Amino acid sequence: MQAIHSSEAEGTSRRRFFVGAIYGLWGAISAALGVPALIYLLFPPKVRKAEEWVDVGDITRLTPNVPVEMAFRKNRVDGWKVISEKSTAWVVKDAANGITAFGPQCTHLGCAYHWDDAKSEFLCPCHNSLFAVDGKVVSGPAPRPLDRYETRLQGTRLLIGRLNQGGGEHKA
Amino acid sequence: MRRRWNGINDWLDNRTGIRTAVRQFLYEEIPASSGWHQVFGSAAIFLFLVQAFTGALLAFNYAPTPGDAYNSLRYILTELTGGRLIRGLHHWGASMMIVVVVLHMVQVFLYGAYKKPREATWMVGVVLLLVTLAYGLTGYLLPWDNRAYWGTVVTTQIAGQAPAVGPYLARLLGGEGAVGVVTFARFYGMHVLLLPPATLLLIAIHVYLVRKHGVAPAPGDEQLPRKQFYPVQVFKDTVAIFIAFAILFVMAVAVRVPLEQLADPTDTAYIPRPEWYFLFLFQTLKLFSGPLEIVGSVVLPGLAVLALILVPFIDRARMVRVTRRTTAIAFVGLAAIGWGGLTAAAVKSTPKEASATQVDYSAPTDWLQLSPEEMAGIGYFRKENCASCHVIGGRGTAIGPDLTQTAIHKDAAWMIAHFKRPSVMRPGSSMPPIQLSDAQLNALASFLLKLNEKNATALDNAPDFAVAGALVYQANRCGACHLVNGGGMRIGPPLNGLAKRQSRNWVLEHFKNPQALSPGSIMPPYRLPQGDLENLTSYLFALPD
Repeated sequence: MQAIHSSEAEGTSRRRFFVGAIYGLWGAISAALGVPALIYLLFPPKVRKAEEWVDVGDITRLTPNVPVEMAFRKNRVDGWKVISEKSTAWVVKDAANGITAFGPQCTHLGCAYHWDDAKSEFLCPCHNSLFAVDGKVVSGPAPRPLDRYETRLQGTRLLIGRLNQGGGEHKA
Repeated sequence: MRRRWNGINDWLDNRTGIRTAVRQFLYEEIPASSGWHQVFGSAAIFLFLVQAFTGALLAFNYAPTPGDAYNSLRYILTELTGGRLIRGLHHWGASMMIVVVVLHMVQVFLYGAYKKPREATWMVGVVLLLVTLAYGLTGYLLPWDNRAYWGTVVTTQIAGQAPAVGPYLARLLGGEGAVGVVTFARFYGMHVLLLPPATLLLIAIHVYLVRKHGVAPAPGDEQLPRKQFYPVQVFKDTVAIFIAFAILFVMAVAVRVPLEQLADPTDTAYIPRPEWYFLFLFQTLKLFSGPLEIVGSVVLPGLAVLALILVPFIDRARMVRVTRRTTAIAFVGLAAIGWGGLTAAAVKSTPKEASATQVDYSAPTDWLQLSPEEMAGIGYFRKENCASCHVIGGRGTAIGPDLTQTAIHKDAAWMIAHFKRPSVMRPGSSMPPIQLSDAQLNALASFLLKLNEKNATALDNAPDFAVAGALVYQANRCGACHLVNGGGMRIGPPLNGLAKRQSRNWVLEHFKNPQALSPGSIMPPYRLPQGDLENLTSYLFALPD
């Protein structure tokens, strides 16, 4: 009677070992595949190129507080390619001769906004966000002020660098 | 909690029958003789799933057109974290799958498990073997490097030789005339769109047939009680799968999968070789020449596949114990010897690639953009063991300053003065003076001036042969007449793209006696030691066009 009991118990513990090993080994395999896969998909690619300063144009003709849209070409790293693309910036000279260059997209959902001469405000046609000449939100759904390029002056030429999220001050 | 869980389980089973299905699958009865020899089928299915998974991950960052394919693969390898591992798993997983599928077939063959009523199971299995090989063939082209291109040129030519259907087959593969965008698109389409669902369907049929007829019993099994698939056999399958995966993972991490230069259809010197599991076919082909060539390329392989499919009808004897199947054992032995012999002969006839002078494009190659002077600077940097005290981009021993940071603030004159008498320029410095000539110090300074965090990898990746070659280039002042990467003089021809214009032997001979090969040249002869000559030539051949 006792012999049967012990062999039964032995059978259960053997079975438990097999089942445990099956779960353990499959867990290890899944982790060894899943973790590298997540790293591969989620980690940003290594940066290949330092940010470049792009010549946007001459700023002597600017009138204070009247934004001008300036077009330029810049190189953008897109995956395995470097793309040369046309881009624009809204450039404003303020009363103290400081230069600000705004990114061309509304901070709400990325539409292209424009300068409304009559109102003297930036108007986004998509959802009617209004920005003041210094980029601050006047009204509408935009969550933050306009994005600003880092700027640098070389004589009378304006160079722009990285585009920073609106909120900070970057004046040349 | 447990009650709720059981409740959900019951509901799900009631609506879908999933629990019943899983139980039916796991508690299927198998013969008493089942055991470790039957683990290969499960391992093959597992490896197929690994290939599907890693393949999908690669496809997320891969552009399936020539040119872009190569660049995007380089992006995966050099810029994405874990990209090298994923590609390694996919590459070695393919090889491993062939090995496991063949082992599975050998086991079934040795045990005679293909016999009545399991003939159809075997035949579907042979088709699955062919599908596995088709993956290898089509996947081989996808990196679009020289190896991929030239290997596929040969493959499509062989297909074109097939009797009667050859021209149509060649047209189907898009290889009529040349391997190009059409062939690439068809191979990619087959590899990712056609073959995977076909494989799934065939595996489903194969497994269904195995279940329908049951796992093949060995003689004597009738007297013994049958076992359940779960958990003992599942455990054995899992252990086998784990071992296979562990080997695969170690290979993916430790064995570098090379990436050669971008496919170059004008490269006349390239000697293509197929993947190792096709080498025996490649060698068979060489046994026949002239009009008999199609015997080796199409007829023999075709007959072999036919024989393989017909095995269950050729051997219709009664099931006996595996140890008494001497004919089958002898057959497998002979096949193994034949395969091994042909493969060994093919390997032996493969010219020793000067792998030490091959540029590895699976790693960053920013050193290719450096001038010879800067490359020589890397040489002095290594020779003087600068890294034993200086940190480069956060790596190394931090006794001296991080050189990726300092170069921004200093000029060449300061650096050279500092190299000669470190403590004068920087009081209290424990750096020993560097015993090099002014020209050599100049090279070192010019490299350090260019050093920043982004290009510091060049210091690690510049291969020894190229650094040695650049040192020879500098020592012999080749730059006084020649142009490399935009630096130097235009008295002689620029040396970028030399590999395109001349053969290696021509260049080696030219050094010894320039006028013999290019009459009127004002280049003096160079009697360099053989090693220097080889390194210099390899370096010049590696330069970008």
